[in-house]
Amino acid sequence: MATVKVRIPTPLQKLTGGLGEVDGDGNTVKDMFESLETKYPGIKERIYDEEGTMRRFINVYVNEEDIRFLNGEGTELKDGDDISVIPAIAGGI
Amino acid sequence: MADFTDDQIFRYARHIILPEVGGIGQEKLLNARVLCLGAGGLGAPVLMYLAAAGVGNIGIVDYDVVDMSNLQRQVIHNSDRVGELKVDSAKTFIEKLNSDVNVITINEKLTSANILDILKDYDIVVDGSDNFPTRYLVNDACVMLNKVNVHGSIFRFDGQVTVFKPKVGPCYRCLYPEPPPPGMVPSCQEAGVLGVLPGVVGSLQAVEVIKEIIGAGEDNSLVGKLLLYNAMKAEVRKLNIRRDVNCPVCGDNPTITELIDYEQFCSMPAVEI
Ligand SMILES: [Zn+2]
Repeated sequence: MATVKVRIPTPLQKLTGGLGEVDGDGNTVKDMFESLETKYPGIKERIYDEEGTMRRFINVYVNEEDIRFLNGEGTELKDGDDISVIPAIAGGI
Repeated sequence: MADFTDDQIFRYARHIILPEVGGIGQEKLLNARVLCLGAGGLGAPVLMYLAAAGVGNIGIVDYDVVDMSNLQRQVIHNSDRVGELKVDSAKTFIEKLNSDVNVITINEKLTSANILDILKDYDIVVDGSDNFPTRYLVNDACVMLNKVNVHGSIFRFDGQVTVFKPKVGPCYRCLYPEPPPPGMVPSCQEAGVLGVLPGVVGSLQAVEVIKEIIGAGEDNSLVGKLLLYNAMKAEVRKLNIRRDVNCPVCGDNPTITELIDYEQFCSMPAVEI
């Protein structure tokens, strides 16, 4: 099983005890979020909607690539991968 | 070389001497037409640096007035101008900085009804708006009119910057197909923002505008790249973003071919511009 670094966006850091970076485990993005949910309950429902699909204002990148253009949640992970969860932000003033 | 006055040669000497800008680039800047959406946190540094650079025609869209609580970050306004229209305050600032700039003020709220008419006269749009409905409205209008959209957005200590260039790279909908549900993401007003953060992010937008005008090339630009800046961690990163062939606006078979009701699309009213 791969161990990866997961960057948590500011709005979700209250679920990780204020941590901006946590370790994640899993061979795919989907598995990794399942394992994060056991460590940090509540995180999954912020990333997935009621139907279990990833919310469309949040993107997940494995290293520099958006998983939507890789293999989606099935994107395979390897040790040391750098996962970023990036929500849309709109502020400007 | 262009017909610069002696004053212009002196004023823009540090640009003209740069091989990447030169007299030709400076002439392009003086002839450029840039529309800045918002004269607030992001708009302030954008307007300041574009005016200083000699961008010859700058449109400003904003329908707010200067408030004391703006001055923590909106550095083109000042205490004497509290209560003035932001577009007027911005114009005063720019005219004192550089009389080469022709400033067009548009004291209106951007809507599906007026945006195409407002954007059509400009080469480049700088999005410094502050809410999701306006972000999608600006995106769709820019795709429809084939305008480059230099995007910046901020939240607390985080900033995102990219350049949406229709037909070349992705658009905002390719990056974020849908806005967050109302209430899921607090606004800067609710969540706070470090005052200098829009200064950094807006300055990055100004750099990209100038590069686009002088023709620095796509290899150097943020087309297809999302630049992330975190002020607390002093971290800058770039991620790859891609055009979605199924994008409803810029994809191969677009389904949105005219502007829609963006407040309904985002289920929330637009605030500010
Ligand atoms: Zn698109």
